[in-house]
Amino acid sequence: MSKLALAGLTKRFGEVAAVDGVDLAIEPGEFVSLLGPSGCGKTTTLRMIAGFIDPTAGTIEMDGQVLSSPGRSLPPERRGMSMIFQSYAVWPNMTVADNVAFGLRLRKLPGEEVRRRVGEMLDVVQMRHLAERYPAELSGGQQQRVALARAIVIKPQVLLLDEPLSNLDANLREEMRFEIKRLHEEFRITTVYVTHDQAEAMVTSDRIAVMNHGRIEQVDDPHALYTRPRTRFVAGFIGRTNFIEGRCNGAAVEFDGFAVPRALIAGGAALSGTVIFSLRPQSMRLARARSDAAGAQVPVTVIERAYLGEFWDYVVAPANGALRLKVTAPPLEIYAVGETAVLAIDGAQMAPIA
Amino acid sequence: MTSLAQPTARGGFGRRLAFLEPSMALWLVLIAVLVFLIASPLVRLVVSSFQEPDTGRFTLANYISAYGNLRHLRAVLNSLELGLGVALLAGLFGVPVAWAISRTDMPAKGLVRLMVFGAFITPPYLGAIGWILLAGPNAGWLNKLWMAMTGASHGIFNVYSMPGLILVVAVTSFPYVFIFVNSALDLVSSEMEDAANILGAGTLKTTLRITLPLVVPAIVGGLIVSFLEAIALFGAPALIALPARFHVVSTQLWEFFESPVRVEKAAAFALPLLIITVLMFWLQRAIIGRRGYAAVTGKGGERRIIRLGPWRWVMFGYALFVCSLSVLLPMAVLLQASFAKAWGRGLSPDNLTLNNFHYLLFEQTQAQQAIVNTFVYSGATAFAAIGLSLAIAYVVNRRLLPFGNVLGFLCMAPFVIPGIVLAIGFYAAYAPPPLALYGTAAILILAYTTRFLPIAYASSSAALRSISPEMEEAVRILGGGRLTAIRKVLAPLIKKSLAGAWLLVFIPATRELSSAIFLVGPNTRVISVMLFDLSEEGNFEVLAALGAILLVITVAIAAIGFRVIGRDFMVRSGQ
Repeated sequence: MSKLALAGLTKRFGEVAAVDGVDLAIEPGEFVSLLGPSGCGKTTTLRMIAGFIDPTAGTIEMDGQVLSSPGRSLPPERRGMSMIFQSYAVWPNMTVADNVAFGLRLRKLPGEEVRRRVGEMLDVVQMRHLAERYPAELSGGQQQRVALARAIVIKPQVLLLDEPLSNLDANLREEMRFEIKRLHEEFRITTVYVTHDQAEAMVTSDRIAVMNHGRIEQVDDPHALYTRPRTRFVAGFIGRTNFIEGRCNGAAVEFDGFAVPRALIAGGAALSGTVIFSLRPQSMRLARARSDAAGAQVPVTVIERAYLGEFWDYVVAPANGALRLKVTAPPLEIYAVGETAVLAIDGAQMAPIA
Repeated sequence: MTSLAQPTARGGFGRRLAFLEPSMALWLVLIAVLVFLIASPLVRLVVSSFQEPDTGRFTLANYISAYGNLRHLRAVLNSLELGLGVALLAGLFGVPVAWAISRTDMPAKGLVRLMVFGAFITPPYLGAIGWILLAGPNAGWLNKLWMAMTGASHGIFNVYSMPGLILVVAVTSFPYVFIFVNSALDLVSSEMEDAANILGAGTLKTTLRITLPLVVPAIVGGLIVSFLEAIALFGAPALIALPARFHVVSTQLWEFFESPVRVEKAAAFALPLLIITVLMFWLQRAIIGRRGYAAVTGKGGERRIIRLGPWRWVMFGYALFVCSLSVLLPMAVLLQASFAKAWGRGLSPDNLTLNNFHYLLFEQTQAQQAIVNTFVYSGATAFAAIGLSLAIAYVVNRRLLPFGNVLGFLCMAPFVIPGIVLAIGFYAAYAPPPLALYGTAAILILAYTTRFLPIAYASSSAALRSISPEMEEAVRILGGGRLTAIRKVLAPLIKKSLAGAWLLVFIPATRELSSAIFLVGPNTRVISVMLFDLSEEGNFEVLAALGAILLVITVAIAAIGFRVIGRDFMVRSGQ
């Protein structure tokens, strides 16, 4: 049985459906991210799971018991969950230790056990030496660790995180991603993580649910999501891509200026009619001469270029056709604007999208 | 956490249903309290203005007798003249000083600021008494000085006149203009001025053509507030206009309350005051609300100080002049009188005495009672207003109830009700049976609570808004109920702001005269009313001593307020 199950979950604010029929099942111990642009309904979904918002339609179940349904929701304090907030919400009137101990004390645990578990938890987040500090005396990253410790120490049924890293600077954010992943691997708490940052979601998650306009577009593990996006939105939101239109014609799929054998395209046999493909800039290679690699070898002209340090960004145009393709290349593969080259396209990395 | 009870859906539903009922009850209770405090007195005011005194039948006779009299109409015109004069003079005092403090290198800015603050917390009636001692015909200090210098046989100043009244009210209400303009100027970026400078405009031209026009909405807003203060004021006009044998609306209303009490006629006469006030506040909001025009974005760029050169001393002289008129001179003569056997005999050692204070504090039981009453009522008012407004602000802020905004709106409504109008409404609603509250402490505390509810609500609401709801949500998701969240997290976090809010209600309550004068009974007199009575007896030495006691305590409390809330204490109390 899944730990947490959302079925047809919907929330309307007036006429607007902030969350529109979301179905999602999360396994025990799984780490699932809700990823999407602002206003896609991910935070509203999370707050419904927490019990702060009542759904307009649909249900939320935990361990097979209904937690939320329209007009009848268990209040947040009776769900046995924890949450980490965007603002951390570390209580400034309590010390670090008091913050972490709060949930345990609410559960009326004996003082000795509270002290022991708080100490252990602070060791895990490397904050023991700051236990008697007040939050105002801590840095943003340290406050975030306190929030994590406070949420995890009660061993919640489900841990909810609402864009927890968005207020940190870039370096710290990267560090905390791995910290969150490490804590999850240590405690295996079922986790729902809301973010608009794809890198964050890819580092931490077992599965990612990409949301747009209140709906889930695709749920998959990070690798599948990147390599096999199923909708145009997912392909465009996760990483950069080229959208190209192909027409199925016999054993090949024909594009504007080149063709790729159907057999080389993953799932190509099932395609018919006109299909849009997502083609990542990294999945193609520029070369000065044809190679004997499988796939299409397309003569192109370089029409724009930008050097970004880690790689080159080229825009190339196939010799016969109006298509423009973004392609990346390693720093030493230098082409001038106007130079001709051969573009190798690997059909296995072309993802047909709905 | 293994000992955590598994949540059961059934229990949750039961709780949820059970929660609906108390929330409705809470809403009804809050609405009932607000109706009792605000709506009912106002409705009574309007209703009784259309009623025959004894029978309660509908009539227009109150309006006819209130306005069908040249003397009464004259009072309305006088009020308008007073309001306009005060607004203009307050602008003349307030705008240059605000500009000098915000934008220039005038010396001793901190001192000037402190004196403006002093003018702000000085009750207008005390200022008026100071000015009676300064510019009373012939006996006033300024007149004596004039006669000594010129050898003239008569003084040239007469405070008992319309110009005298305008000056007296303007020197106590210019801080409103100052606060509005100063905060607006603080937000205007120097880049606005630089842009004019780079095109070739000098400092004076830039100031007149760019800087001041940018804060015109703030200036107008300040003038409107000064105008409204002036027409709603009772104390200073009563002290000055009555001996000068003319009436303004507030003193005319007072006359309607001298026996026999003609509350219906007073109600009819008070309504236009209410309507004017509501309209002017609406106008002021409309003007201030035009942000684009004001260019007051809240994030001004870097601000640079304008170097005035030798003119900085001229500016300082002007600020000192304004502060002398409003604080230094009146307070100096009050202080002198409070330690004098007879105030007119000057500063000679044989005129010094502590008898005035001794008399008030140890001999005269009425004075002791008035002092105790003042602080007890003000304290009770502060607790009541903060408690009520906090409950409502919480409900509104956390959207616990449908139509919560209605509650918030009602809380702010008394802001546009002049104290004197409110008092008449309270009298009309609660003086007669069945409540028969006239002359009790309760009616004073209730009226004060209503009067200062907007201050309390604005502060409570700001305090709550400064605490992210996530602070409470973090408690709830960890298993604590709403009450735990309020007790363990919210209350400790807003403690300090609430202490400040308490002071913001307490201080004006200690000096409130215009609503008190209509509602006090023989045993519920407060300091402000007693000061007024003493002035009618002409006992200025004792009066000055009582005023000094009030001021010393108020200043002490304001100093605590500064400590607690910091520098924006004064600004917030002004808005």
